[in-house]
Amino acid sequence: MSRKKILEVKDLETSFFTDDGRIAAVDHISFSVEEGEILAIVGESGCGKSVTSLSIMGLVPSPPGKITAGEILLDGQNLATLSEKEMRQIRGKDVAMIFQEPMTSLNPLFTIGNQMMEAIQIHNKTWTKKQAKERAIEMMKLVGLPRAEELFKEYPHQLSGGMRQRVMIAMALVCDPKVLIADEPTTALDVTIQAQILKLMKDLNIRLQTAVLLITHDLGVVAETCERVIVMYAGQIVEQAPVQEIFKNPQHPYTKGLIQSVPDMRYKKDALYSIPGNVPKPGSIQKGCRFAPRCEYAFPRCSEENPELYSKTKAHTARCFLLDSENEVVLHAEMGGQVNGERIAES
Amino acid sequence: MANVLLKVENLTKYFPIRAGMLARKVGDVKAVNDISFEVYEGETLGIVGESGCGKSTTGRVIMRLHEPTSGKVTFDGVELTALSSEEMRKVRRDIQMVFQDPYASLNPRHTVEKILEEPLIVHGIGSAEERRRKVIEYLEVVGLSAYHAKRYPHQFSGGQRQRIGIARALMTNPKLIIADEPVSALDVSIQAQVLNLMQKLQEDLKLTYIFIAHDLGVVRHISDRVAVMYLGSMVELAASEDLYAEPLHPYSQALLSAVPIPDPNYEREQVILTGDIPSPSNPPTGCAFHTRCPMAMEVCKQQVPQFRQVKPGHSVACHLYNDR
Ligand SMILES: Nc1ncnc2c1ncn2[C@@H]1O[C@H](COP(=O)(O)OP(=O)(O)OP(=O)(O)O)[C@@H](O)[C@H]1O
Ligand SMILES: Nc1ncnc2c1ncn2[C@@H]1O[C@H](COP(=O)(O)OP(=O)(O)OP(=O)(O)O)[C@@H](O)[C@H]1O
Ligand code: SF4
Ligand SMILES: [Mg+2]
Ligand SMILES: [Mg+2]
Repeated sequence: MSRKKILEVKDLETSFFTDDGRIAAVDHISFSVEEGEILAIVGESGCGKSVTSLSIMGLVPSPPGKITAGEILLDGQNLATLSEKEMRQIRGKDVAMIFQEPMTSLNPLFTIGNQMMEAIQIHNKTWTKKQAKERAIEMMKLVGLPRAEELFKEYPHQLSGGMRQRVMIAMALVCDPKVLIADEPTTALDVTIQAQILKLMKDLNIRLQTAVLLITHDLGVVAETCERVIVMYAGQIVEQAPVQEIFKNPQHPYTKGLIQSVPDMRYKKDALYSIPGNVPKPGSIQKGCRFAPRCEYAFPRCSEENPELYSKTKAHTARCFLLDSENEVVLHAEMGGQVNGERIAES
Repeated sequence: MANVLLKVENLTKYFPIRAGMLARKVGDVKAVNDISFEVYEGETLGIVGESGCGKSTTGRVIMRLHEPTSGKVTFDGVELTALSSEEMRKVRRDIQMVFQDPYASLNPRHTVEKILEEPLIVHGIGSAEERRRKVIEYLEVVGLSAYHAKRYPHQFSGGQRQRIGIARALMTNPKLIIADEPVSALDVSIQAQVLNLMQKLQEDLKLTYIFIAHDLGVVRHISDRVAVMYLGSMVELAASEDLYAEPLHPYSQALLSAVPIPDPNYEREQVILTGDIPSPSNPPTGCAFHTRCPMAMEVCKQQVPQFRQVKPGHSVACHLYNDR
């Protein structure tokens, strides 16, 4: 079952040029999104999730930011080299995005209908007003907005948070994009409303076969909606696997720690597992594995060399020396064959 | 049974809505509507509910940071709602608050030492030397070090700032800590550190917590009992195990079923509520939840359900349980 890769990010580096020098907020990441799938990117605050999505959309604030290396192939076309004018033709049509806070991305001065029509007419210049309006109302109904005709004439502030997010989704899908990027689409919403929106996104994904790149920090949301998961840490991808594998058989010590530190509503644990230390500032770790200072498995090699993504299986990779087959020898020599023996036997 | 440390009876808080040139009152936001509960010494009572349901207002009215519209709060045998503001100021030594945003609640121009010393000065505790020693002691209690005392809040990470917020709340040796979303702004890996710290402190210092949060996983983890609020009312209160195993109120059922579980193999019945949360300035008649309730009956539109115990230690406000 191999589907076509609709979006391919290859070796992407996006940097910010600040007073503290050049910081690679997204540091050579590669992944692809297949047709019709929901792929999640998870990671803690500042790890580069939003910069990744802004890079794909050509919306990195510049200055200070810039794509400094790599390619972003949308159906074969490299977006990273397009001009802003060319990008405008693509944005909203082939790839669309919804943001965390719908209020900031809706213009308070225009009616919902106005903004929906604009989104449609940008890419369908020959459409009449009537056609555009019909399409807008059709989309509003599709995302489950009640009384679509009336809402069409209302302003953003008259809507609740959940309704605004539905409007954003309707706007994003109005030109039938190949890829929808949803950056924390439910983080600002209450759980009962979040459940409605996630269900809507899943239904639409199945019905319209739109590929979705879902960005979140919530492992519960990941478990519930996605097929595949990318875990980011300090600007890098540290693990990539099908969703079952990430939860059942996480390989990277950070992923393991992350999964264990989430309180699960179904059980009461005595004490939560907690990863010691803090998420590093971007650019603060120059050498070695970026997780090494917090990692309970770290051994000397971890602070000397940069780990690459090693394969556990074809679909499951992790950026950790524990997965490096050549490591066995090194480990046994350095650790007296003790500490990681069990772990190596496993892999 | 443990002693009742805090007793809240029929607590109500309305905020006036004003409009026009003369700022005439045109209505009320019914932020907290006739709620009653007790907090036992040494326990953690969790309060959950969605945005705007009145969780923070409940905490603030108990502290009398807002004056209640009506109702009675008794703490350690003293009726707080009858105290003068001067007397209340003294009581605040025993009730402290920890806030959601550790940055906004710490003065950016003060060193950590000054921030931690302040509550001691306010309450006239100790000599300068004793205060300094206590600052160092409590920095260490929350897992920071003496050398952090001279630094400013912006020089700390979010998790460290929340530790400072907790240290500040502990300085006056309070009996009760009201923690309002203390880990909501933190990353999961840091959140676990702060939750573990709060639990350890509770054991070591025999603290009582009211723990306000919207994350039901976090609340389950830390609470002995949990109260669920909806639109200003308390709709259910039970031992944490009982509430999570068998929620009685239809809103609690929907709320619990809406929480995404970090396990892709977990299958469950999800109750997806339709409609939006109504405005607290114009709450529905009868049961405030009836507009979204999948079980609503005719009586629900007309009569406010009583909040009453229907099983030992398990109270609910819902007409479905009228004959229990
Ligand atoms: N405009 C900017 N100028 C300088 N640095 C920036 C800018 N925007 C982002 N960064 C840096 O890029 C890094 C990644 O930021 P990003 O917004 O992608 O994080 P994120 O993973 O989306 O986090 P969150 O979960 O908080 O949204 C951050 O550490 C930040 O310091
Ligand atoms: N100072 C105030 N003046 C007027 N209205 C207020 C004030 N404080 C709170 N409210 C209103 O009271 C209601 C309850 O607010 P409260 O902050 O207690 O909710 P909450 O449960 O803490 O929500 P959240 O989860 O968003 O923090 C809301 O409708 C809010 O708008
Ligand atoms: S009282 Fe009625 S409306 Fe309210 S929750 Fe119970 S069944 Fe639903
Ligand atoms: Mg982000
Ligand atoms: Mg609040």
